[in-house]
Amino acid sequence: MENDTFLELKGITKAFPGVLALDKVSFSAKRGEVHALCGENGAGKSTLIKVLTGVYPGDGGKIGLDGQTIVPTSPRNAETKGISTVYQEVNLIPHLTVAENICLGREDRLAGVIRWRRVWKRAAAAIKRLDLKFDINLDAQLSDCSIAIQQMVAIARALDIDAKLLILDEPTSSLDDAEAEELFRIMRTLREQGMGIVFVTHFLDQVYRVSDHITVLRNGELVGEFTAVELPRLELVSKMVGKNVEEVKKLEKRVTFTSVSGRKTVVSARRLGRKGAINPIDFTLNEGEVVGLAGLLGSGRSETANLLFGVDPADSGELEIDGRRIRPDSPARAMRYGFGMLTEDRKFSGIVPNLSVRENIILAMQAKLGPWRKIPSRRANEIADQFIKALDIKTPSREQQIKNLSGGNQQKVIIARWLAVHPRLLILDEPTRGIDVGAKAEIEGLIQKLREEGMSLLLISSELEEVVRNSSRVIVLRDRTKITELSGDNLTERSILEVIASQAKDDATKETLKCE
Amino acid sequence: MNSRYLPLVITAFVLALLLGAGGFFFTNFISFRVIINLFGDNAFVGVTAVGMTFVIISGGIDLSVASVIAFTTIFIAQTVNNGMHPLVSMALVLILGLLFGAIQGWFISYFNLPPFLVTLAGMFFARGVGFIINDISVAIKHPFYSETIRGLAIPVAQVGRAVVRIPFTAQCLIFFILGGTLLAAYSRFGRNVYAIGSNETSARLMGVPVDQIKIWVYALSGFCATAAGCVVTFYMQSGNSSSFVGLEMDAIAAAVIGGTLLTGGVGWVAGTLMGVLILGSIQSLITFQGSLNNWWAKIFIGTLLFLFISVQQLLNRRLKGR
Repeated sequence: MENDTFLELKGITKAFPGVLALDKVSFSAKRGEVHALCGENGAGKSTLIKVLTGVYPGDGGKIGLDGQTIVPTSPRNAETKGISTVYQEVNLIPHLTVAENICLGREDRLAGVIRWRRVWKRAAAAIKRLDLKFDINLDAQLSDCSIAIQQMVAIARALDIDAKLLILDEPTSSLDDAEAEELFRIMRTLREQGMGIVFVTHFLDQVYRVSDHITVLRNGELVGEFTAVELPRLELVSKMVGKNVEEVKKLEKRVTFTSVSGRKTVVSARRLGRKGAINPIDFTLNEGEVVGLAGLLGSGRSETANLLFGVDPADSGELEIDGRRIRPDSPARAMRYGFGMLTEDRKFSGIVPNLSVRENIILAMQAKLGPWRKIPSRRANEIADQFIKALDIKTPSREQQIKNLSGGNQQKVIIARWLAVHPRLLILDEPTRGIDVGAKAEIEGLIQKLREEGMSLLLISSELEEVVRNSSRVIVLRDRTKITELSGDNLTERSILEVIASQAKDDATKETLKCE
Repeated sequence: MNSRYLPLVITAFVLALLLGAGGFFFTNFISFRVIINLFGDNAFVGVTAVGMTFVIISGGIDLSVASVIAFTTIFIAQTVNNGMHPLVSMALVLILGLLFGAIQGWFISYFNLPPFLVTLAGMFFARGVGFIINDISVAIKHPFYSETIRGLAIPVAQVGRAVVRIPFTAQCLIFFILGGTLLAAYSRFGRNVYAIGSNETSARLMGVPVDQIKIWVYALSGFCATAAGCVVTFYMQSGNSSSFVGLEMDAIAAAVIGGTLLTGGVGWVAGTLMGVLILGSIQSLITFQGSLNNWWAKIFIGTLLFLFISVQQLLNRRLKGR
């Protein structure tokens, strides 16, 4: 097969108010090739795809398809030009059947009356091209199908419209390993049929499993285009995070902690997992210790936190607190076990914007008491004042609405909320995201103070420096699996990056498949 | 059997149960005449409900239909009494209804307004315009009404000396049900309506012209409501701008009892017909019973509706749980 380039993006620029999402990015795709698009969160992958498929109009640059300049105006328009996209959250119609979904909008008709038998035949033909090892029931309602099947149906739909370029935007995020493997097989089959495939993913293993070329974006800029076999993993990771390999190697750990051995175990997890979120994981969290969770986006960091806090309860494994077996199946129950969690998205699931600082602080206390027992207002005021002082929360008064506070101070209020219920374990998911440097240092100081007081903390951050600086042990995750645990002298940014980049060979991944 | 059709089967079962109970307790309940009357008397609800079914499948709601019916009746009465031929008057009002619905649809899709509010405004508007035309009940005096329409009834059986005829109103209902079924199950328009109601974002990404389809859905509902208004004049032989307050809720109830999900994406025109017949036969049962207050019909309908939505929710949950 001749590798002729048929999609050529040149100097694509896209600005949103205040952000330059894409800065003169170029990208090309060839027939019969899988081209991976890599980059950390906010690198501009999705924006590039959305410009390419006409969801957003581009602010500059040219899109060439088969030598002709095109201007996709809508997803529909892009489809008619042969560019079809399958999104992470599958965009199909849940209440219609598989066959109806494949042919929606293009049903065979005779005098305006749909000829269902022909539609079914065409759908069957499209599915057949996927060369699956199993059957997909064309009569099944789409919402009854697994996400994996739904994705295959979406691909079949792309085949039915005779797409020349298939864009798969994070297709494997909600698939388990066997399902992902089946998807890769389909991708290879289609590649052989001459289809060009753009594969957007943050799973490094998967990039190397199927891709011929890799394009790396960072902060809206093109880092480069590489041939997969010529780009070692460590180099890919360093390009994604924006540090060159030398720099990565130079990074050393800055703070050393006193030995943590001999400390009392607070929480221990054995083979704790949840299908589609995190593969069975083992870990212990000790009194007076900060344990970090590191990994790239989508590696299962927040999923682990949600598992512990009962947001998305575990469906396998065991969890113990102080040697007692527990099953946190809701945040309310997790709170009764003495867990607290600072969520990743402060605005959405942290603060209650229109309530006052005081009301936000006593929220967890009140939740623990239940709705019928009111905290006397004098006591509530005392608690609020005490924390405002202790955590140095900058607010004109305790009655100020929390939405008027700065991000760092909002975060302190939420930490105060949890401190008010004296948790055994405090989970901090991205505690310093979106707050300024000064407040960041204060929050980090607070974390260490709580550690010294004997609290057990689990720290999640996408900034490796922050994790390394604050934790005495770090659990490294990749592709929803715990790879290793680093501590002491082994704990450096460099070592974490190396672990993340290392090839998964004897992974626990394969085992977990069989458990399901 | 596909479990998707379970709500439809339940509806059919309830209808059979009601008719069976009627036949068991009252002689003559299951007679040709009663069944035909069931169709004829509820034709206007049925015709309205066909349009409503599409609106609900698309994920919307149309509160304006009852006002549109009232407007239609007074419009026809007034124009015919002023010398316009009924057919011309009806053609005119049908176009008006279509346009009125389309405008509501336009507001809903282009300004992205909630259908509830837009059609609530439409409801007040149409009711008001009706009162402007005439605020008293106006009898329609025209040979077309007193003779032609009656002549259109199709004789189907001879019971004793009386001839049982299918009145033109019932024929209208059957026509709309068949047309609606064809539109829902065998047209791209129908498929697109289901797609929008099931997941609008996806539908848009899959290339469904969401905005146009929505406009057509409300236009269709406006059209059905005016058609229902025409059907009303056939047996009332009069127009009244204050009539049918709250009928939109009957149409919604009929669709929901017929298995249409208020959240959109699921529904059947045939189910809606059964829903209408269920509402009608409850009314007939009360009438046959004789001693019960008429408001008992509402109590039964309320109870039934509650049971249906609970069952639908349970089924939904079970389907999702898999």
